[in-house]
Amino acid sequence: MNAYTGKILYIDLTCGSCKTGFYDEAMAGDYIGGTGFGVKMLIDHLKPGLDAFDPGNPLIYVSGATTGTIVPCTASKFGVFAKSPATGLLGEAYSTGQWGAELRAAGYDVLVITGKAPKPVYLFIDDGTVQIRSARKLWGKSTWEAEQAIRDELGDQNIRVSGIGRAGENLNRLACIINDRFRAAGRTGLGAVMGSKNLKAVALRGTQDVSVADPEGLMAFCRDLFERAKGPATAKYRTLGTPANMLTMSAQGALPTRNYREAEFEKVENVSGERLNEQFITKIQGCSACPCRCEHIAKAREGRFKGAVSRMEYEPMMAFGPYCGVDDMNAIIKAIESCNIYGVDAIGAGIVVGFAMECYERGLITKEDAGGLELNFGNGEAMVEMVRKMSEREDIGDILAEGVMRAAEKIGGGAAHFAMHIKGLELTGYDIRGLKTAALGYAVSRRGGDHQRHGSYGWDLSGKVDRFKAEPGRGALVMGDEDMYAVIDSMIICKFTRTIWQGYEDIAKVYSLVTGIPMEADQLRLCGERMSNLARLFNIREGMTRRDDELLPARIHEDPIPGGAAKGSVVTPEDMAILLDGYYAARGWDNQGVPTDEKLDELGLGAYASIAEGVRA
Amino acid sequence: MNNKYKFVSVDIGKCVGCRVCEYACSMEKFKAFNPAKSRIRVVRLYPHTNAALNCRMCQDAPCVIACPRKALTQSQENGVIHVDDKLCDGCGWCVKACEFGAIALDPKPTVCICDLCEKREGGPTCVEWCPEKALELTTTDGLSQKARIEAVEKLAEAME
Repeated sequence: MNAYTGKILYIDLTCGSCKTGFYDEAMAGDYIGGTGFGVKMLIDHLKPGLDAFDPGNPLIYVSGATTGTIVPCTASKFGVFAKSPATGLLGEAYSTGQWGAELRAAGYDVLVITGKAPKPVYLFIDDGTVQIRSARKLWGKSTWEAEQAIRDELGDQNIRVSGIGRAGENLNRLACIINDRFRAAGRTGLGAVMGSKNLKAVALRGTQDVSVADPEGLMAFCRDLFERAKGPATAKYRTLGTPANMLTMSAQGALPTRNYREAEFEKVENVSGERLNEQFITKIQGCSACPCRCEHIAKAREGRFKGAVSRMEYEPMMAFGPYCGVDDMNAIIKAIESCNIYGVDAIGAGIVVGFAMECYERGLITKEDAGGLELNFGNGEAMVEMVRKMSEREDIGDILAEGVMRAAEKIGGGAAHFAMHIKGLELTGYDIRGLKTAALGYAVSRRGGDHQRHGSYGWDLSGKVDRFKAEPGRGALVMGDEDMYAVIDSMIICKFTRTIWQGYEDIAKVYSLVTGIPMEADQLRLCGERMSNLARLFNIREGMTRRDDELLPARIHEDPIPGGAAKGSVVTPEDMAILLDGYYAARGWDNQGVPTDEKLDELGLGAYASIAEGVRA
Repeated sequence: MNNKYKFVSVDIGKCVGCRVCEYACSMEKFKAFNPAKSRIRVVRLYPHTNAALNCRMCQDAPCVIACPRKALTQSQENGVIHVDDKLCDGCGWCVKACEFGAIALDPKPTVCICDLCEKREGGPTCVEWCPEKALELTTTDGLSQKARIEAVEKLAEAME
């Protein structure tokens, strides 16, 4: 095969054994890479019903179809999969930087890590050889310190490291896996799965060729794609970056503020992308083989947090800014830096701190619980300290490290009403009360409260649909988005460049040029649908039902947005019924959200039909 | 030092560390993507200093002088240093002699040095592919001229 290595590395940390497996062209053509490989490997290798921290839960790394090539912007991408300790469902996250390209150059497309090492270890995969090395000196170190220590120990400053910090070691359910300092496989708590295996990091050195089927054809088409990637389609990401959303989302009444109490932030000017770029951004740099470069690096300029460095995106800025009522950019930069250092999801962590602030103001968390912190909305210093406490499981941080769903159960006193999560995963930066298409996308997202599996807010915010109205037709829109995103996350294409691709045609063309496997647009769309259905089956097998799709946080159902452009909006249970019925019908699923036999046969998933049969009424 | 040969020079202010040059270089030379075989190499110092480094075509190049096996020869015409793969055993003396870190061992191991894509129509592929236009084919004198013009532009701006 071209590009694909065809190799899977299986590592059992309990007994310290490794073996190489192989996959064939049929697997490649049906599942592409990334999402497809991850979901397929997980459903095939996880014993149903295991606890996420059971050694049998496999931690799976996957590369994309075009990883390691010049195709924009795909070279450095990789995905991580496991059963999620946050949701108990599909755990899935993607990262970029340099690590993904190194994985393929080191000779593997898939790593399946099972078991639990008796003592802390890290893996070193060096051009097809594998070492399980002691991490005794690394345990307790930050992600940044551990990366440097590994490079020093192995004597090579080009080693790429993907690993956990204190949060992962402490089984914080929001723990992420950090690589190349500023990049994270961020969501669904996969860092805690890594920690549960006593695995500190996976280090790579790869020097092998990544060959492609048609070098001349590919380079010619990539020239064109490079031009598009430098054009208007990506202008936002190259200039202000996603923080440009701050002002527009506030004006649209869709900016989650003070734990979803409001949907606009009165001090949004202080945390705008415009101000960030003018005063704090010191460099915009790029991932491996990226013609766009979007990595906005900021430095805190003054006060207690002077010198803190982080990569800035809208989502974490929202979470540690308006969501916590904080308008001090220096504190926001520091909080995100802390997330990178401790290895905790910078979106989820901000949502948790905002939740804790509301608990504090309602007297459900006391100053003593908070270790002496005055955890009011707007207190940036307390916010930063809470990130550390959560990672170290100190004081109330021990409970908050469980995520808002579990924390609300422990705290009680009605806290569940404003615990903003879906299926256990904290919500992201779009107030879905006034974005009904997005509300559906979030509700059915296979990894819980998440915008990245569908991007369906686009329909609402662009005015292509009535954002305040629930209609059955939104189901087909969300399905189309999900299947396309599944393909994007399989290639794995950076979502910031999604608009340089003219639909499935362009992606199929690049796929064939790179791999030599014939691929048509329709076929590729079907691959996306196959992945969406297989992921649904995985979640069904882990116990998910229609009820889990219907149940949004009580605040989304009951508390209208108090002011601004979306004033009065809620998502009622009736809205949800309309949206879900429409979505299930579009998908060819029954009214409980279970794929039909016909649909599974059509997608070549007949082998998994017993999962659906088991739950069908 | 070099004062007449052309070489590929990086503008550190513009370089974003994307390594597109490495991908393009390895494709040109080996018909495969492999940054570990590229003749131009990108260094990123955290958090955000980036630079692509390659041969600066020094006159009386120290690497050529350092090679104990006479595996390296320099073209008098364009300054390019050619490596005789049969003679080079990857001992690394030339690597040490180069002050720019421009010589790398490709995994064979023999050394690889930028040859300005001398057989390629259109010149160095890295310059063509750099998305930031951070690379240019220039001479020491060309850089010097550019620096002077920039300095005067700044002056002019200040005087306005």
